[in-house]
Amino acid sequence: MRFMSAPSIGQFIPGESFIHGLDPRCKIVATVILMTGLFMASGIPDFLLWFCLLLLCSALSGIKLGVILRSGRPVLFLVLVTVVMNLLWTPGTELARLGPLRITREGVLLASSMGLRLLFLVIFAGMLMMTTSPMAFSDGLERIMSPLSLLRFPTSEMAMMMTIALRFIPTLFEETDRILKAQISRGADFESGGILRRARSFIPILVPLFVLVFQRAENLAVAMESRCYVPGARRSRMNPLKWRGRDSSALAGLALFVVFAIFCDRYLFKAILAWLAMR
Amino acid sequence: MFSIRAAAYSYSESGTPALDGVDLEIEQGEWVALVGANGSGKSTLAKICNALLAPTQGTCFVMGLDASDPQNTSAIRQNVALVFQNPEDQIVASIVEEDVAFGPENLGLPPDEIRRRVDRALLLTDLELYRARGSYSLSGGQKQRLALAGALALEPDALLLDESTSMLDPEGRDSFLSCLGELNRRGMTILQITHRMEEAALAGRIVVMESGRVAWDGPPPDFFDGGYLRWSFEEPPEMALHHALLTRGLIPQGTKPGVEDMLEALCL
Amino acid sequence: MPIVADNISYAYNVGTSAESVALRGVSFTVERGEWVSVVGHTGSGKSTLAQHLNLLLTPRSGSVSIDGAEAKPGSGESRVARRRVGLVFQYPETQFFAETVRAEIEFAPSNWGVSGGALKACVDEAVSASGLDPALLESNPFALSGGQRRRVAIASVIAMRPDYLVLDEPTAGLDAAGIRELIQFLSGVRDAGLGVVQVTHDLRSALSYSDRILVLENGSRVVSGTPEFVARHIIDNPVRGLVIPPVVRFADALRKKGMNVPLICEVDEMVRAIGIYKERNKKCGS
Repeated sequence: MRFMSAPSIGQFIPGESFIHGLDPRCKIVATVILMTGLFMASGIPDFLLWFCLLLLCSALSGIKLGVILRSGRPVLFLVLVTVVMNLLWTPGTELARLGPLRITREGVLLASSMGLRLLFLVIFAGMLMMTTSPMAFSDGLERIMSPLSLLRFPTSEMAMMMTIALRFIPTLFEETDRILKAQISRGADFESGGILRRARSFIPILVPLFVLVFQRAENLAVAMESRCYVPGARRSRMNPLKWRGRDSSALAGLALFVVFAIFCDRYLFKAILAWLAMR
Repeated sequence: MFSIRAAAYSYSESGTPALDGVDLEIEQGEWVALVGANGSGKSTLAKICNALLAPTQGTCFVMGLDASDPQNTSAIRQNVALVFQNPEDQIVASIVEEDVAFGPENLGLPPDEIRRRVDRALLLTDLELYRARGSYSLSGGQKQRLALAGALALEPDALLLDESTSMLDPEGRDSFLSCLGELNRRGMTILQITHRMEEAALAGRIVVMESGRVAWDGPPPDFFDGGYLRWSFEEPPEMALHHALLTRGLIPQGTKPGVEDMLEALCL
Repeated sequence: MPIVADNISYAYNVGTSAESVALRGVSFTVERGEWVSVVGHTGSGKSTLAQHLNLLLTPRSGSVSIDGAEAKPGSGESRVARRRVGLVFQYPETQFFAETVRAEIEFAPSNWGVSGGALKACVDEAVSASGLDPALLESNPFALSGGQRRRVAIASVIAMRPDYLVLDEPTAGLDAAGIRELIQFLSGVRDAGLGVVQVTHDLRSALSYSDRILVLENGSRVVSGTPEFVARHIIDNPVRGLVIPPVVRFADALRKKGMNVPLICEVDEMVRAIGIYKERNKKCGS
């Protein structure tokens, strides 16, 4: 068993697919559009449409659907809590009763759409990270935020910080795993005792981890400096971002999909349901 | 290449100085091994040669440029690249080729030039096959070669290696050292800090540091003919063997310390 | 009474795309009072094996028994195993968290409920065994030198009075003097009756100091036995990532000439043998 393993979200999977080749700005904007669209989705049929989009993304990125879906795993617990809360505390037409607990028709609908929405949000964010190298991602973000630099906001430093943070996620998980194992080998016990005792038992994990992070940061700063990095100075790029026709088309296609999905959700599905009910 | 005169450095005003009057001249194309116990000032010296630290006393000239002058910092760092002990501390980007490009990008070079340098550095370090891979997925030896590639992409004339092989296994160490050998043949000046006498034996010259000073300076054969006994270095057994055979007159003076050389000279 | 790992297999990240087999049916034994080295290239599975010996990892198949009792996962039993088998990780000084050396060394025994006079005795014993200057007990572990920090880290494991000591690359990052002291200390630990397991990629140190050696390659056992036997085997069948020390190659060449020297021997021994050999056949002029 590995006590701590790196989360699958945030892990770039190198590739040469259509989606990998899109401009990171395009992918970031696309993800924002998708998220907005998801907030407007409400019905189960609508989520079927979104699922179809996910299938399309899988085909266009060359990443297996299973791997894409796995990026939703870290939030499964959160999704479960959301679903249960909505299921039990939504007033409306009663479907079932279990002692003081009432499950309503509205509750089922709300719970399922909330849960699915949350899941899809995380999966699409994961999709962005899986197909965009951290460097390209922070480059893209830097360019999108570049108007802010007119207000003296340090966008390029922020982007560099993000690159480094993403680079160190796997390393830090590995280190945490090692420290955890080392302290368990010295008899550390994280399972018994009251809350206070348990909280205290994490000190032997947190202190070494902080020490390590600060040491790493210091060494990295020296290494970056020796590699001619000067904060705030103009840097060039090996792969300058290039907005191509396919970026525009991809974005347009996606926007159309979102509008279509919202239209379906608001009018089409409701009309079909109403028509079915009349029959 | 490096001209260091009476250089001293203290990390704090009260503490003992890390460097206490170092004089050292290193010529273009030399391969110098810098050895000495922990805390003898080796790393501090390397940082001064890279203009990461300025000597508190004395001077350090790198290719004729005064390393204490902030105006020369950028030029010195381009010409003298530094590789540290732990590759994890030097890799900035998640993807191999993006990391190699970091230095040239900092120099503001045009994309074509950056790509040319990245290709060359990956070729020299035998990492072309891994260029699109995640840096986290490399082995220790490959990671250290990546750090070397990142340094080479600056196209320096000299390399400073601060215990760069100490975290590698024999496989990784061999591949790293053979890269260095090839670079040195092409004219690269190398200043290598190491604890391993086998590595020091590869260099053309050995400099011993002790308490912030240069305590010994000369070619490896002289060093291993007894010079090292004064310092508590780990002695490679083959060197002890070489020494013992020499003193008993079993092999002639000037025999190299390699196993095959010694066997041949023994004419059994 | 030994630790016996019987035919154990292990894989990381089972069921994901990153699944990787680390051990394939490896068997391993270490007795008390014996120093066994596990050598292999990076990724050969040697660290994974070490983590099985104190039940941090449980094998997918096969079993680990400590002093005759099969060790099963489950918090009670594995805690007992962890006390008997002290595991020192690579760069163990990175686990420091306490403000004083004393508190750092007290950590392990106090986790097993040792307190008061008994705790003090544990600490004193560990300090003297590891050759640490007792004056350092009240100082900050982060302020010590590299060699001292390594000693504190090992003392902090010795303090729980294990019957076995497993160390992953214990000499990594130490200078020559530090390595010599550590090797001396480990010999003392072995002579005091503990079983010592040293995990390393340095074949030379394994051949020089250990009683027995297990060689791993890609998760499988290649050979095991005395240093002499293992050296012979590796000369004849090269193993990935392991370099035969030059003096061993030299001794091998002498043996091929008919000289009676062991593969693992002191320089003096070889020089003496060459002298006798030359004396006997004075045919090759200078």
